[in-house]
Amino acid sequence: MQDRKTLILIAPAFAWLTAFMVVPCLLILALAFFRRGIYGGIDYEFTFENFGMVFDPLYARIFLKSAWIAGLAALIASVVGYAAAYAIASMPRHRQPALLFFAILPFWSNYLVRTYAWIVLLNREGLIVGIARALGFDGELPQMLYTEGAVVLGLVYNYLPFVILAAYAPLSRLNPEIAEASRDLGAGGWTTFRRVILPITLPGVATGFIFVFVLSIGNFVTPALLGGGQFQMIGNLVYAQFLTANDWPFGSALSMVLIAVMLVLLTLQTYANEHASTGRQSTERADG
Amino acid sequence: MVGVSCRMAAVAGMALSLTAFAASADPLVISNWDGYLAPDALKTFNAASGNSAELVLHATNEEIMGKLIAAKGKGYDVVFVSSPFAEVLHNLGLAETLDHSKIPNLANLYPEATGLAHDKGNTFSVPYTWGTTGLCYRSDLTGEPTSWNNLLKPTDALKGKTTMLATDRWLLAAGFLAQGYSVNETDKTKLQQTRDLLIAAKKTLLAYDDTTFYSKLVSGEAQLVQAWDGWCNYGITENPQIKYVIPKEGSDLWVDTMVILKSSEHKDAAYAFINYMLDGKNHRWAAENILYKVPNKAAMEGLDPALLQKYPNMTMTPAELLTHEQLRDVGAAQRDYSRTVSEIMAAN
Repeated sequence: MQDRKTLILIAPAFAWLTAFMVVPCLLILALAFFRRGIYGGIDYEFTFENFGMVFDPLYARIFLKSAWIAGLAALIASVVGYAAAYAIASMPRHRQPALLFFAILPFWSNYLVRTYAWIVLLNREGLIVGIARALGFDGELPQMLYTEGAVVLGLVYNYLPFVILAAYAPLSRLNPEIAEASRDLGAGGWTTFRRVILPITLPGVATGFIFVFVLSIGNFVTPALLGGGQFQMIGNLVYAQFLTANDWPFGSALSMVLIAVMLVLLTLQTYANEHASTGRQSTERADG
Repeated sequence: MVGVSCRMAAVAGMALSLTAFAASADPLVISNWDGYLAPDALKTFNAASGNSAELVLHATNEEIMGKLIAAKGKGYDVVFVSSPFAEVLHNLGLAETLDHSKIPNLANLYPEATGLAHDKGNTFSVPYTWGTTGLCYRSDLTGEPTSWNNLLKPTDALKGKTTMLATDRWLLAAGFLAQGYSVNETDKTKLQQTRDLLIAAKKTLLAYDDTTFYSKLVSGEAQLVQAWDGWCNYGITENPQIKYVIPKEGSDLWVDTMVILKSSEHKDAAYAFINYMLDGKNHRWAAENILYKVPNKAAMEGLDPALLQKYPNMTMTPAELLTHEQLRDVGAAQRDYSRTVSEIMAAN
């Protein structure tokens, strides 16, 4: 009876994912093994050459560059997001929902609008330069927009709420008595944080980190807008294969490799989380 | 068993009614870029001809080509594409061979517009707009550029204040022209030289920009940009200090065309639509509103002299335009182009 209920409950989600996620992914996978027709159609001849091309130094370099930008964004978002989550979790309980609400508020507006806002702020004739001039600064500020820094900034800004939410969950569940116990046993504030609080709440941050990394590495809007089209990330490369170069097979091969990288990361993260929670349970039992 | 057959009957019935619906609606489908037709053009055309034409939009040539190639042209009757892509449609056998007796308004075209390199005699495409790609600049902030090298190797004062088009054909064209090569160059060594030149130029750019470069000129963020003449005019509208110039090495001649798909089931309506567009007054709309030159004598001759004075590049004659080389379909070399552009984009 229970099994049947589970089956009924899970069926809609399963059907949805199969129809709109699994099947399209399989189609893309299949495309990756054909040849591009001379005018961008598909010649149905089996080949591995598209996957060979993915590992060509040129494209491998774009992969590494994307991983670097995504990694940097994820790292910064994790540090900033963790600090914010820690601060929220330390506030009186009744204030926390409002603060979390403000943290996720930007999500309610469109991604493009949020990204364009940075263009308004950062451009050479923009708000920041305008304010600096109004305050009497008359030198030339360094170029802010259309730089790698602007791309990282845009990614951090857009994905920060993920880290805040992911880190807030374990921080808010943290029993304050654990920190008290640590101090009773002679540990200072920093030691308590480093040796007790951080290890317990780290899986949350790791989840946030992976989220930001995975979302960033496939992103193509932010590099196009804030990078001035000068920083090609893997997402832009895939976009170009499908929409400008009309090389769907190569675009498919690139996406498949990207999906594989993401799957490995998400699996590692799930494994690490499970490992961490088993560890915690055993400690809890020992405590009890 | 009964249940199953009932359901099957229901499905079959639904399928039938869908077909019936499709047959009764079944409009003439025209695919075009956003804003490239007068807002009321289709309404007027439908009212005048009794057709039911419907507009769908594509953002880029490549987007509509992807759809047309995948579906062998099915689902579309008339498409607006740039000339190299019209050539591809022709080479793939997807473009209708035009019956000129059904397009009497072809007589409105300039003679030069009927002998374009990509399709001499308009056998499969009819030109809609044409123009050049050159340099658009702020004459109050920087001197008049004369060469593509002013863009590719800018002075220190201009560094970080220039933009280039990112669409592969035009990005490469700037590099080709600067070195005196054809805009359709396919030689691998020359492509490599062009790549290196454009990578060096990339370090001096503010950004690659295909859509907002004229706003960057207006705001002063950029002072010199690679631009299509018509788009430079959008900048001139907002600031008369913005000017357009074709560098001494020349430009490409770009031509946007109308093509009827061979698979179209509404060919008479499709011809009627093209004929309608070539009417002097209808075609003039594009010149007056998109600020592109149109290859239609009847349309151009009716333009307000004030408009021509405000936008000097609108006065370029067909003969002047024809001195520039048209972008052509480069066939298999397109893959080398894509790779070259990827190499430029991936370079630091």
